[in-house]
Amino acid sequence: MEMEVRPTKVGVLSCSGESEAEGTIARNAVRLVMEEYRPGIVVSLCLPLYLAGDSGERDFARRVPVIAVDGCDKACARLATDKYSGDVESWIDIRDLINQWGVTEQLSRSHPGKLEQELTERVAQEIVKLVDRLVAEGKVEVDNQ
Amino acid sequence: MGNEKVYVIPCSGIGKATASVGRDATYKVIEDKRPETSDTLCLSLLTMGDEEAADKVRKNKVITIEGCAKDCARKNVEASGATPAISHRVHDFLKEHRDLKPESVLDVGEGGRQLTEIMAEQVADEVDDLIGKA
Repeated sequence: MEMEVRPTKVGVLSCSGESEAEGTIARNAVRLVMEEYRPGIVVSLCLPLYLAGDSGERDFARRVPVIAVDGCDKACARLATDKYSGDVESWIDIRDLINQWGVTEQLSRSHPGKLEQELTERVAQEIVKLVDRLVAEGKVEVDNQ
Repeated sequence: MGNEKVYVIPCSGIGKATASVGRDATYKVIEDKRPETSDTLCLSLLTMGDEEAADKVRKNKVITIEGCAKDCARKNVEASGATPAISHRVHDFLKEHRDLKPESVLDVGEGGRQLTEIMAEQVADEVDDLIGKA
């Protein structure tokens, strides 16, 4: 009888959209989670590499639960994952989230100031909640040692 | 001069500080140095087959900037039916300025910022050349 092997990582794919401020927030929020909040659990891939790359990248996203983090409703990260590696576990649309938070100020894609940094932090915390939920649901095995 | 723009397209590299340099250099060119004659677009959107994005790269000159040797920006532009006029790798600039190594993805540090400026200056000049030839 084969033992069930649960993944030990969560894949978080960011759109990183260069032309939108929300793309910069997406990219920086994912890095924050990788580096500071859930290091060792969260891994990411460059989305264009995932899209144009070899089967290695796509196989990886098939083996781990994926959270897609998109800057806008064009949903490049979610659609790409759905197409090549199966349904995402969760999806964040940052523009929608920012609207829900009532933020109406113009955001900068190139010079993140105090507001953009606050929003990046809030988005990072949203990602953390989704990662922790996957762990709590037993979809990811975490080494607690 | 017509309505042509040079599209400066960095890779979307999320794993390397050199990709952050490419992204920051792009913003310096399109927002600060050559806002009238250059622009960028989301590489992922182009790669997903968005017709509007593909049309932009087919009808305008393109400069790609890569954070690593996988050359995702160039390859994805080519897959959209265009050929970049110029393709850069940040590492080539780093070889010329070994003391300006970027520190991290989230903060490239002082060396990374200087490297960004050097790169942006060159790309801005290339935008001028390409617009002159357009």
